[in-house]
Amino acid sequence: MVESLLVSIYIFVMAIFIGIEVIAKVPPLLHTPLMSGTNAISGITLVGSLISAGAGHSWLSAILGLLAVIFATVNVVGGFLVTDRMLEMFKKDKKKN
Amino acid sequence: MSTITTITYLISSILFIIGLKNLSSPKTARRGNQFAMIGMLLAIVVTLFDREILHFTFIVIGLIIGSAIGAIVAKKIQMTAMPQIVALFNGLGGGASAFVALAEYYRSDGVLETSMIVSLVISLFIGVLTFAGSLVAYGKLQGLIKSAPFVFRMQRPLNSLLSLSFLVFGFLVVINPVNNTGLLAILAVAFVLGILFVMPIGGADMPVVISLLNSCSGLAAAATGFVLSNNVLIISGALVGASGVILTRIMCRAMNRSLSHVIFGNAGVVDTEDIFKTETRKVVRYVEEDAVMVLDSAQSIIIIPGYGLAVAQAQYVLHELAKTLIDRGDKEIRYAIHPVAGRMPGHMNVLLADANVPYDLLFDLGDINDDFQNTDVVLVVGANDVINPAARFDKKSPLYGMPILNADKAKNVIICKRSLSPGFSGIDNELFYNSKTMMIFGDAKESLGKMVKLLKS
Repeated sequence: MVESLLVSIYIFVMAIFIGIEVIAKVPPLLHTPLMSGTNAISGITLVGSLISAGAGHSWLSAILGLLAVIFATVNVVGGFLVTDRMLEMFKKDKKKN
Repeated sequence: MSTITTITYLISSILFIIGLKNLSSPKTARRGNQFAMIGMLLAIVVTLFDREILHFTFIVIGLIIGSAIGAIVAKKIQMTAMPQIVALFNGLGGGASAFVALAEYYRSDGVLETSMIVSLVISLFIGVLTFAGSLVAYGKLQGLIKSAPFVFRMQRPLNSLLSLSFLVFGFLVVINPVNNTGLLAILAVAFVLGILFVMPIGGADMPVVISLLNSCSGLAAAATGFVLSNNVLIISGALVGASGVILTRIMCRAMNRSLSHVIFGNAGVVDTEDIFKTETRKVVRYVEEDAVMVLDSAQSIIIIPGYGLAVAQAQYVLHELAKTLIDRGDKEIRYAIHPVAGRMPGHMNVLLADANVPYDLLFDLGDINDDFQNTDVVLVVGANDVINPAARFDKKSPLYGMPILNADKAKNVIICKRSLSPGFSGIDNELFYNSKTMMIFGDAKESLGKMVKLLKS
């Protein structure tokens, strides 16, 4: 068990390093879409909440799971759609081309 | 977790990373976001096949309600309201992590391994803190709560006391997980701390807070990943956490303030005596006609938009003015964007893109700052502190050291401003009194509209 926890910590630390490398290259121009996009990615908790809502252990955990599903879905769907809407607006100067 | 699930989660994680990588250029950014969407969809679909899931009623209800709300909000929201919506989504993400942690606790009746219960306590704490803090940030940005810093006397000791009590309750839960009182106490403490953490932060410091909450929502998801031993949650959470930290640092540097100063110090030291002194100084008022003459005869123009532009909703008419000027003669018009222009990182770029300004005319501080000296006219709309030359030489000024746009180096400066009032920092701006500066007072939308009319007639 301790071993699997250590593996998780490994993964966590490596992912942070990848995140820093990748995100440092995002230009300030796109910082707002970056933020709303990563925001949508953090809605990945949805995956956990699906199991909580569907495992049907007790009413209490199912209700908590339902709330989690609603919250996370708003986060995911709203986050991705609003990011897409923003990125669609970024256009190049036609005259220059 | 089955092999197929694990592999699909790996693919999702890769898609998230590729998606973020594509955000490094506006040309590929939209595709990047779509990669991340596909990654999310894969993770959700494969989870629905999990053997642990017995009932789908709640899942379907939750997905339908959540998708409907999310889609409507994303479609309806104005670009000026982006910061509060990101704050709200952050809060929901944090809240969801906290709910999953709680559900997991009740599912196992508290019979959990020590490492799991520690992760659970952390996930609950960060999740609830993010949720409460984001709601306050949303309220402040939306104007439901006064955006001025709310500070009271015992704030710092109270915060320390609450943080300490979290550690105590956390310890109690870890040594005796079956007793749920401690867990509920942690929930309450995190909620109050979240509120107390954002209340003292003023409107101008919001970019920092939103970035920080963004980071927290990621860390909450990662902590939930530890509870569920789910690697896709850990990886995604870590990516988001890293992104928030980077943005927080960029914002702090651009505002010349340390993170602890933003969180603990009161915003902007306003010395009333100084302000009275400046009131008596003379500013030459100009009218739109003067500005139009200067703009029309200029070859090169740089526009500096500030938050005042967004408040006045003047980004559309500003773009019209630029177009009209270009139509009348061969001019080079560019936009210089300061990192803290707006209420969240990159906000001004989005507002201008919304007004159809091509993104290749938008320049960062570092890319355009050396060009000011060869520029005929700088048109400043609703910006103040970011062009204050005091940041360069006045060691006594709180702005000293802050990176600024070199507007004062241009041949002529036109400043559209509502009044002579100092910016959020409360510091007077030398540039307003400079002989090459034309001050035009009034609502930015009206002033710019008048200029467009004058040019067209």
